[in-house]
Formats: sequence, structure tokens, C-alpha cells
Amino acid sequence: MSELEKKKTEFEARIREFVGLPEGPPYLCPDAVNEAMIRHWCDAMGDQNPAYLDADAAAETVHGGLVAPPTMLQSWEMRGYPMHDATRLLPQNNQRKLHAAFDEAGYTGVVATDTEQEYARYLRPGDRITAETTIESISEEKATALGIGYFIVTRSVFSDEQGEEVGNLSFRVLKFKPAQEAQAAQESAAAPAKPTRIRSPYGHDNGWWWEACQEGRLLIQKCSGCGELRHPPRPMCGSCQSTEWDSIEASGRGSVYSFTVLHYPPIPGYDFPCPVGLIDLEEGTRICANIAGVEPEDIHIGMKVECMFDDVDEGLKLPFFYMVE
Amino acid sequence: MPISLKDEAVIVGIGQTDFTKNSGRSELQLAAECVKAAIADAGLEPADVDGMTTFTLDSNDEIEVARSVGCGDLSFYSRIPYGGGAAVGIVHQAAMAVATGAANYVVGYRALNGRSGQRYSQGVAGDIVTSDLVHWGWYMPFGLLTPTSWVAMFTQRYMHVTGCKSTDLAEVSIATREHAVNNPNAFFHGRPLSLEDHQTARMICSPLRLYDCCQETDGGCAFVVTTRERAADLAQPGAVIRGIAQGSADDQEQMTSFYRPEIERLPEMELVARQVYAMSGLGPEEIDAAIIYDAFSSIVLFQLEAFGFCGIGEGKDFVQDGALGREGRLPTNTHGGQLSEAYIHGINGVNEGVRLIRGSSVNQPAKNDHVLVTAGVGVPTSAMILGQL
Repeated sequence: MSELEKKKTEFEARIREFVGLPEGPPYLCPDAVNEAMIRHWCDAMGDQNPAYLDADAAAETVHGGLVAPPTMLQSWEMRGYPMHDATRLLPQNNQRKLHAAFDEAGYTGVVATDTEQEYARYLRPGDRITAETTIESISEEKATALGIGYFIVTRSVFSDEQGEEVGNLSFRVLKFKPAQEAQAAQESAAAPAKPTRIRSPYGHDNGWWWEACQEGRLLIQKCSGCGELRHPPRPMCGSCQSTEWDSIEASGRGSVYSFTVLHYPPIPGYDFPCPVGLIDLEEGTRICANIAGVEPEDIHIGMKVECMFDDVDEGLKLPFFYMVE
Repeated sequence: MPISLKDEAVIVGIGQTDFTKNSGRSELQLAAECVKAAIADAGLEPADVDGMTTFTLDSNDEIEVARSVGCGDLSFYSRIPYGGGAAVGIVHQAAMAVATGAANYVVGYRALNGRSGQRYSQGVAGDIVTSDLVHWGWYMPFGLLTPTSWVAMFTQRYMHVTGCKSTDLAEVSIATREHAVNNPNAFFHGRPLSLEDHQTARMICSPLRLYDCCQETDGGCAFVVTTRERAADLAQPGAVIRGIAQGSADDQEQMTSFYRPEIERLPEMELVARQVYAMSGLGPEEIDAAIIYDAFSSIVLFQLEAFGFCGIGEGKDFVQDGALGREGRLPTNTHGGQLSEAYIHGINGVNEGVRLIRGSSVNQPAKNDHVLVTAGVGVPTSAMILGQL
């Protein structure tokens, strides 16, 4: 047996000692099942079931009152921010010890892969839940897209004050050697920069306009001689030949005068299909810019639009004209 | 009394290379080949040539071409900017040069590896080093980088205002393809285009589909211009220039004149039309055939209107029922145009205009007293009317 194989055998023997062990002592969930956490969870998930949210409506259901969404099961035992940092869990926590053993052997990566849940009954506000988690199994070594590693399955059983099980779940994570991650990082360092949109150069006659864009302001050049607005900016007024000028800030409201949806060739740095419009601003000048917030096939001449500035690349903000209902 | 160019200058020779997608040779070689062919066609020797003119976009210096072909002394050379709008612009240069005595025999040429070298369809990105970068800067950040994208903007508005449909644009593409089918030099020789082909081809920039867009070609074309008196002694029947002009209209931009009150017509081409009709004393009813610059199908409609072959907004009606065919009201782009023969920046159209006057087009119409040749669109632009010497 080679030294490498010997090490691996020792490592596997060590980690398999954890199988069947509890993660730690039974954990009494810090909060009773309560309406506030239920409401927040439903908000986040977009669940508007009145059985979870409306006491009067819930009273009319088979539950006879408010209940918690079953899929909240694990959230009752979640330990908040300390979970982010394993050193803040108790040192006698077996899961922490197991992960430390993996880390020492170079399996420093961790990713949750899947969970399976079973529910015995609905939880109601006031229920106090206790969770008991066991390290259930550790797989053989697997080669995955992330790297070589082992799947660890833990099982948590949840019970109420009477010791009756209300549900259980299995949770599977992969502990892996992030060899490929390192390789990917190397590759990305060597790879050319992500393509970006082609920027306008900044010159005497146009730089001020583009700088205002970067501050989210849409300006229109205004002749100081005759007051005529002009776009694109030019150094001299075509009407009175004055070289003095100022600018006004446009309202951003306007309508589509013409447009095209670019399909080909797909130029790197731009999203295709790419709608571009000529927008008649309500101040009277016309501007070329991208149209957004509408399916390309729904764009039409005369459509009302309003300007918003979006960041498209690092250090590049551009005006986009969004359809107004 | 100012000099009028009417009937003062004659195109006496034309030449071209093969048209391919990969020439396998330098642009200078293409230029030298087509210039040599044009000189030979006129029955002249290289040493007779004393003037040269081309596009600012052409990479072949006049003196390099002259050295390559063995033209000797040059007393006139000039260039015209703005892409395809230069095609008749350089004929104009040549005509003025011979009419004023600045040169006796002027060659105009344009040679490019338009497919295997720098492709216009790939956009104006990055490698622009000219002073008009600021101008392109108003469009590049938003993705308007290609000629198709610029012309699409005009075309969309035109269709909105006139009721023109994509199937009307197809009439132009199909008519010119029918001409190309008979032309052995055309990329689409022997390959007709159906309405279904046109309508199912991929969208490039809405509303323009693939066959609304011209070719990209490697090749070169050249012509020789001299005076009436000298033309009478040469090898070919001369195509005399009855009227010729350039035009850049109010609020003109290069390809993006988006800020005029109306963008669904071409004031620069209307300006050119007024001049060529005034100089020649002719009108649209006296034009027997036309070469209408067709980088895109839609701009043929714009120009039919600008030159008064129909009313404004009526181009879509004019092109129905085979009007652009050999037997139609206005046989147009009888070589197959840039849509279906080759894209040599309009000079292949100049040469076809000369063939129509000579009676040697592969799609020769019966009547050929006067032929209109236009060049460029959406840029400062040009046109001429050719007649029998």
C-alpha cells in the first residue's frame, strides 16, 4: 500500500467514526412557533395562504386556527449568523469536528446539495420545538464537477413539548477538495477581460455630456446666443453661429420616433436581441439610446417612454428608455 | 460664364477583377488589375493616364497604383470621402479634371478585400482612428455599429409612414436577383430568390432581413474618363456624362442623419437629383434604365422617390409588377446590383451603367439613350446621367 493510499485509509476510518453520532445535545429552538416569523417567511416566499396569515380566515379552515407552513420546519432551529462561522459553534459539536477533519485533509470546500423533509403534523403558534440532529451517513469518495469529495447526510428529528415527532429532514452536503476551483481561478486570471460595450471617446465637444450620464443626468445642449436646443452637441450653433452654450437637464420623457431591434451580428459586450430607438424628447430634441422594459416585438413608433440610467459595465452608466403604460 | 460639365467628359474604358469572397491577393494588386483592364478596354496605354481618383476609404495610394501599373507622370489626383457616396463623386472629379485640362485621361478605381479583409458588416468597433470617432460615439454604446443598424432606423420610419411592407422590400431584392441569375460575374449567378426565401431569412436588424442587405466582396473596379474629342478616337463607344453632381444636405451626418424633422426621405439625394436633371436638361421620364445604389433594398425605394420616378412614399407601389425588370418601366441594377452581383462600393454600378449605354449588359434593355447611376445613401452622395456619345 502506498503512503497516499495509507493516508486515505486512515482518513476514511477517522471520518466514519462520526457516522451515527449526534451532532450535539438536543437543541431547544430559541423561539416558540410564532406569527411574526411566519409572516416574514410568507412575505419572502410570496405565499399568501390565509391559513398562515389571517386568524379569522384560518379559523374557518380544517385547521381551526393559524398554522405554520410545513416547509418552515428547519427555520425554527436555524441559529442565525453564528452558523456562518463554524468556530462560533460549540467545540464539542460533532459536525464541527467532522468538518474540521475534512478541512485538515484538504477537503476544504462545502456545498449543500439537497434536503428531504417529512411532516407529521402542522405546527401552531406557541409550539416549542426541539431538534435532534444525527450524522447519518458518509458516502464513498466521489468525483464531482466541483472536485473530489464525500457526501455527508445529517438527519434532524423535530419534536414538540410532549416528545412527539412533528417532522424530520435529511440534509446532504458535499465536502470537497476545490482543485477545479483553483484551476478555474487560474484560468480566469489568464482569460481576456469580459467584453464590454464600446464607449464614446470623451472630447471637448462631447465629454461633458457623457460625464453627466455617469451622474445619471440627461442633458441637452442649449445655445447661449439664440437659445436653441441641440443634440448631439456641437461646438457652434448652426442657427446663430454662437460658440457660447449651456445645457438644460431633460425630463427624460419622450416617445419613440423610430427603432430597430439588432439581431446580427451579435457583438460581444451587448445583449441580443438589442432594441435601439430614436427618442423624441418632450423638450424637442431627438436622441439615440436603447429601449428597455418591453418585449422587442411590442415596441412601436409613438410609444411613450421615460429615461432611467442603468449601469451596464464598470464605470459606464447609459440612458435607457423604458416603456410607460 | 461658368463651365458646365454637360457633355464635356466621357467614360471610355471600364475594367474589373473577378469578384470573390477571398481574393488571395493584396488590395493593391486588385487595384492594379482593374486599372490595367480599364485602360486596355479604352484602347489606351498606361503611360497615357495622367490622373487618378479614388475613395478616401480605399487603401491603395494613387502613386502606388500608378507605379504598379506603369502610368508614369500624374498631373491630377484626388479622393472623395463618405463610403459609397463617393462612387459617382470620383467620376465627377475625373470629369472636372478633363474638362478643365488638369489631366487628359483620369482613372477612377476602388479595390477592396471586403470579405476576407475588413468587413463592413462587422461594425465600426475599436479600430476607428479618424476624427469622426466622436460622431460614432453617439451610437456605439447603444449597439448601433453596422450599416444595417443605421439604415434599419430609417427603414422602420419609412415603413411606418408609407405603409411599405417587408414584402415590398422583397420586390427589390427579387428583381435584382433575377438580373444576377443571368450574370456569370455575380455571386448569385444561377441562384434565384423566392419571396419565401426573402421572408424566412434571418433578421439582421429589424425590419431588414438577410436578403435586404448587400454582399461583402473581394474585388476591384476601375474606369477611364477623358474629353469628348479624345473619346471619339478610342476603342469603345463612349458613355458621355450629361449631368453629374454630389450632394450633402442640411443636418447631414454620415449614415445617421437621424435629427431631421423627417428621416423617411433622402434630402441629399433629392439635392443631387435636382442638379443632374438641371445640368442634363432631362427628367425622370427620359431615363431608360438605372443603376440605383443598393447597399440595402429599402434605399432603392427612397431613391426612386428622390429622382421623381414616383411620388414621395410611393416607391413600394412603383416596384410592383416587374417594374425593375428588363421589360419593366425602369430596368434597374441589371448586373444584379450590390445585393446580388458584388459590393464594390458602387463602382461595379458605374461600370454597368457604361455597359448599358454600350448595349453590352447581360440584361440589356431595348432602349438605352439615358442611364441614371446613383451612389451612396445616408451619406453625402452623388449621381450622374450617362448618354450616347
